[in-house]
Amino acid sequence: MSTETSTIETLATRDYKYGFVTEIETETIPRGLNEDVIRLISGKKGEPEWLLEWRLKAYRNWQKMEEPHWPNVSYPHLDYQDIIYYSAPKPKKQLNSLDEVDPELLNTFNKLGISLEEQMRLSGVAVDAVFDSVSVATTFKDKLAELGIIFCSFSEAVREHPELIQKYLGSVVPPADNFFAALNSAVFSDGSFCFIPKGVRCPMELSTYFRINTQDSGQFERTLIVAEEGAYVSYLEGCTAPMFDTNQLHAAVVEIVAMDDATVKYSTVQNWYPGDKEGKGGIYNFVTKRGKCAGKNAKISWTQVETGSAITWKYPAVILQGDGSVGEFYSVAVTNNHQQADTGTKMIHIGKNTRSTIVSKGISAGVSDNSYRGLVSVLKDADGARNFSQCDSLLIGDTCGAHTFPYSQVRDPSAQVEHEASHLEGGRRPDFLLQSARYLDRRRGFDDRQRLLQGSFPRIADGIRRRSAKAARHQPGRKRRLKRRVMSFSVGARRALHLLRARLAQCKTTKIKG
Amino acid sequence: MTTSETKPRAEEHYLAAFRDFQTQRAGRETPWSRKLRANALQGFNATGFPIVRDEEWKFTDVRPITERAFAPAPLHQLNGLASGGIEDFTLGDLQSNRLVFVNGHYTPELSQLQALPQGITLGSLAEHIAHGSELVQEHLARTAGTTAPSPFTELNTAFMQDGLFLHIPNGLVIEDPIHLLFLSKASASPVMTSPRNLILVGANSQVTLIEHYASTARDEYFTNAVTEIVAGRNAVVDHYKLQMESETAFHVSTMQVQQERDVRFASHLVDLGGRLVRNNSNAVMGGEGIECTLNGLFLIAGEQHVDNHTVMDHARPHCNSFEVYTGVLGGSARGVFNGKIFVRRDAQKTDAKQSNRNLLLSNDALINTKPQLEIFADDVRCTHGATIGQLDEDALFYLRARGIDKNTARGILTYAFANDVMSGIKVEPLRALLEREVFTRLARM
Repeated sequence: MSTETSTIETLATRDYKYGFVTEIETETIPRGLNEDVIRLISGKKGEPEWLLEWRLKAYRNWQKMEEPHWPNVSYPHLDYQDIIYYSAPKPKKQLNSLDEVDPELLNTFNKLGISLEEQMRLSGVAVDAVFDSVSVATTFKDKLAELGIIFCSFSEAVREHPELIQKYLGSVVPPADNFFAALNSAVFSDGSFCFIPKGVRCPMELSTYFRINTQDSGQFERTLIVAEEGAYVSYLEGCTAPMFDTNQLHAAVVEIVAMDDATVKYSTVQNWYPGDKEGKGGIYNFVTKRGKCAGKNAKISWTQVETGSAITWKYPAVILQGDGSVGEFYSVAVTNNHQQADTGTKMIHIGKNTRSTIVSKGISAGVSDNSYRGLVSVLKDADGARNFSQCDSLLIGDTCGAHTFPYSQVRDPSAQVEHEASHLEGGRRPDFLLQSARYLDRRRGFDDRQRLLQGSFPRIADGIRRRSAKAARHQPGRKRRLKRRVMSFSVGARRALHLLRARLAQCKTTKIKG
Repeated sequence: MTTSETKPRAEEHYLAAFRDFQTQRAGRETPWSRKLRANALQGFNATGFPIVRDEEWKFTDVRPITERAFAPAPLHQLNGLASGGIEDFTLGDLQSNRLVFVNGHYTPELSQLQALPQGITLGSLAEHIAHGSELVQEHLARTAGTTAPSPFTELNTAFMQDGLFLHIPNGLVIEDPIHLLFLSKASASPVMTSPRNLILVGANSQVTLIEHYASTARDEYFTNAVTEIVAGRNAVVDHYKLQMESETAFHVSTMQVQQERDVRFASHLVDLGGRLVRNNSNAVMGGEGIECTLNGLFLIAGEQHVDNHTVMDHARPHCNSFEVYTGVLGGSARGVFNGKIFVRRDAQKTDAKQSNRNLLLSNDALINTKPQLEIFADDVRCTHGATIGQLDEDALFYLRARGIDKNTARGILTYAFANDVMSGIKVEPLRALLEREVFTRLARM
C-alpha cells in the first residue's frame, strides 16, 4: 500500500465518534410488546385515560398491519418482541434547572458537542434533550413562555396542555397511517411539543436532541409542532447513538401543523450509529414525518442531513391544503460501508396556487445503497400548482449504488411539475484532481477532493445559513441580540457541515493507485 | 380465497382455449414449438395476470382485459378484405416490403415483397416455425421477458400466431423499409391476436422496420404483440411502431432489443389509438460503443389509457442512450410513463439522457410519470427530467399578438410540442402520415 493510500485509509477508518455508552442508572422494562406493556408505559408517564385508549387503538391497528417491504432496502426479520420499549434515566425528582441534571448526563451532551449550558450561554438555542426517550431538561423555557410559546417534552405537554395534544395528536399522521407510525403511536415514550401562538415569531432556534443509550432499546419519540396564524418557528433536531453490535429500531413520528400565514422550518441532522464496516449493528431509522399547511399561505420547510443509521427509511411530506401554501424539502444523504438509505419526500398539492420545491443530493460510497424516492401529487382543482424537483446523486467507487424513484401524478391541467435529476461522474473528477495534485501536495489533493464532493450540496448548507441571515434581517433589535441569533443559526449549519465533512472523509477512495 | 371459489380465475379461460388452439394448429407445429408454447403457458399460469399491487402495473389496471374472455383468433379468413381495402393503411407511395397480417395471420394476397439481396431470409414466422428453422429455434423467445418479465409476453409465446421472421446475414443492407401491417377486422366474438416478430440483424447490416397496428372495425379486440430484435456488431436498425388501433381495442406490446458492440439502434413509438394500451420497450446494451435511442409520443383523449414502460439497460461501458417521451392528453385520458435506466457495475463511461414531457389539455386528464435511475457504476453521466405542464403563455401571447386566434395558436404550440419526437422519424411518407393524423386528432381535442 502506498503512502498516499494509507493516508486516506487512516482517515477512512476513523471511528464513529459518538459511540460511547453513558454509565447512568436507567429504568428499563422487560422486552416485548403487548397491551400490558403499553399500559405500563402509559402508567409510568401518568397519562390520562384517553391517551391510553388512543395508544391501545393504535396497537390493535398495528397488529393487523404488515411490515412494509417496498423500500429499496434489505434487512433481516425484525422481532418486535425482542425490543425494550421503554428505558429512562432513573428519576430522582422533578427537575427545575440544569444544575439538577445528572452531571454524567450533562457530560454526555458535552461529548456530543451540544453542551446545554454552553448553548444556553453562547448561542441562545433552546434545547429539549431527549435521552433514551425521556426529556431531560428544557432550557430557555421561561423566556419562551413570556411570548406564549410552549416548548416542552411531550409528556409534560400531555400533563399541562391536554386540550392541545388531544386536538392535534394524530391530526397529520393518523395512528393507523402506516406500520411504523402505528407502532410509534402505541408505544411512544416521549418527544417534544412546540406551540407558537398567533402572530408570534419564535425569537430563537428551537432544538431537540435525541440519543439512544440502552442496548436493544427502541427510540419511539413523537414530535408535534403547531404554528398558529402568522407564527414562525425554526426547529432543529439532532440524533446520535452509541455503538452496539445489535440493530436498534428508531421509529419516530413528527407532525407539523401550520395555520394561515404560518411558517415552520424543520431541520434534522441525523447521525445515528451506522454500524461498523462489516455492516454489523447500527440504527434502523424508520421514521414518519409529515407537515400539513392547513391554512392559506402557510409554509413548511424540511431540511435534512442524513449521514447515520444502518438503514434510513423516511419521506418528510407536506400536505399543501391551504391555498397559496408552500412546501420545501432540502436533503443531503451520505451513505458509506453497508448503509442503506431510501429517503425523499411527498408533496401533496390540494389547494390552489400551491408551490413546492425539492432539492435532494445523494452521495454513496463503500458498498452502500442510496435511493431517492419522491412523490409529487397534484390533485384535481389544485389550480396553478407548481413544483420543481431536482435530485442529484454521486457515487464514490463502483461497489455502491444510486437509485432514483420520482413519482409524479398530476390531475390538473394548469399545474406545472418539473423533475430533473443528474448522476454525476463522482469517481472521475476527484481522482483526476488527486492525480494532478499528487505531485504538488498529497494532503492538498485530499482537501480538494473533499471540496469537490462538498460542491454537490452547497445549496442545502446555504439554506441553513441563508435562513439565519434572513431571520436576522427581519428582526430588528439590538446588535447583541442580532449577533446571538446569527450564531444560534450557525450552530445548526456548522454542525451539519462538520458532520458532512467527517462523513465524507470516511468515504473510501478505491481508485487511487500510488 | 373466496373470490376464486365463486368466480373462476381469468387465466382459466386461456388455459382452456389453449387446448383447442393446440388441436387447431396440429400439423403446423414441431415438437420444439409445442414445448415452447406449453412452457410459456405454464409460466403465464404461474404468474397470472398482473394486479395494480405489482409495482410494474401500479397505474394500469388490466381488469378490463382479464374480465373479457377473448378467444384466440380463429383460422384465417379474408372475409372480403380485398387489396383495395387496405389503401388507407399503406404509406402512400413508399417503396417498401409490405407484409400484411389480418387478425394476426399472414396474408400474402395483400402483401408486397421486393427482390432482396442474396442470403436474406424474410417471411412469415409461422412458416419458419412449421419448417423447424434452426435460426428460429436458436433465437425465438430467448430475450423477450429477460429484462422485464411479463405474463403478457408468456401469453403471447403460448398463443403466438404469425409475424415477421427476418434474418440478415453479415454486411447486407435492406434499403427499403419493411412495413408490417397488423390489421384487425370485425369478427363474431372478441378476439385476441398474438403477433410475434423475430428480427436477426447480422454484423454491419442495416434495416428499417415499421410495425403498424390498425383496425378496419370498431369492435372490442385485444392485440398482444411481442417483437424481438437481435442486432449484431455495428448493425444499424431503425424501428418504428405506429399504434393506431380502434379506440375500443386493447393493446399490450413488448419490444426487446439485444445489442452487440457499436450498434446504432433507434426506436420511435407513436400511440394514437387503443382504449387500454401498455407498451414495454426494453433495450439491452450488451457491448461497448452502442448508441441507443428510444423515443415515444402519445396523443390520447376520451377514455384512452396509455402506459409506456421503457428500460435502458447499460450492461457494458462506453454506451450512449437517448430517450424522449412526449405525451399530450385530452378528455379524461390517462397517461403513464415509467422510464428506467440501469447502469450496471461494469458500465463505466455511460452517458444516458432521458426526458419525459407531458401536456394536459383538459381538467379530467391524468398523468403519472416515474423516470427511474438505478446506477451501480461511478464514472457515468445520467440525466433525466420529467415535466408536466401547460403551453408556454409567452409563446401563446406571441402568436396571438400576430393575429392568430387562440385555438389555432394552441394547436400550433401543441403540434410543436408533439413534433419533438416526430422530427426524429426518417421515413418521409411515414412522417407525413403521422403529421396528418396528429393534426386531425389535435383539432378534435
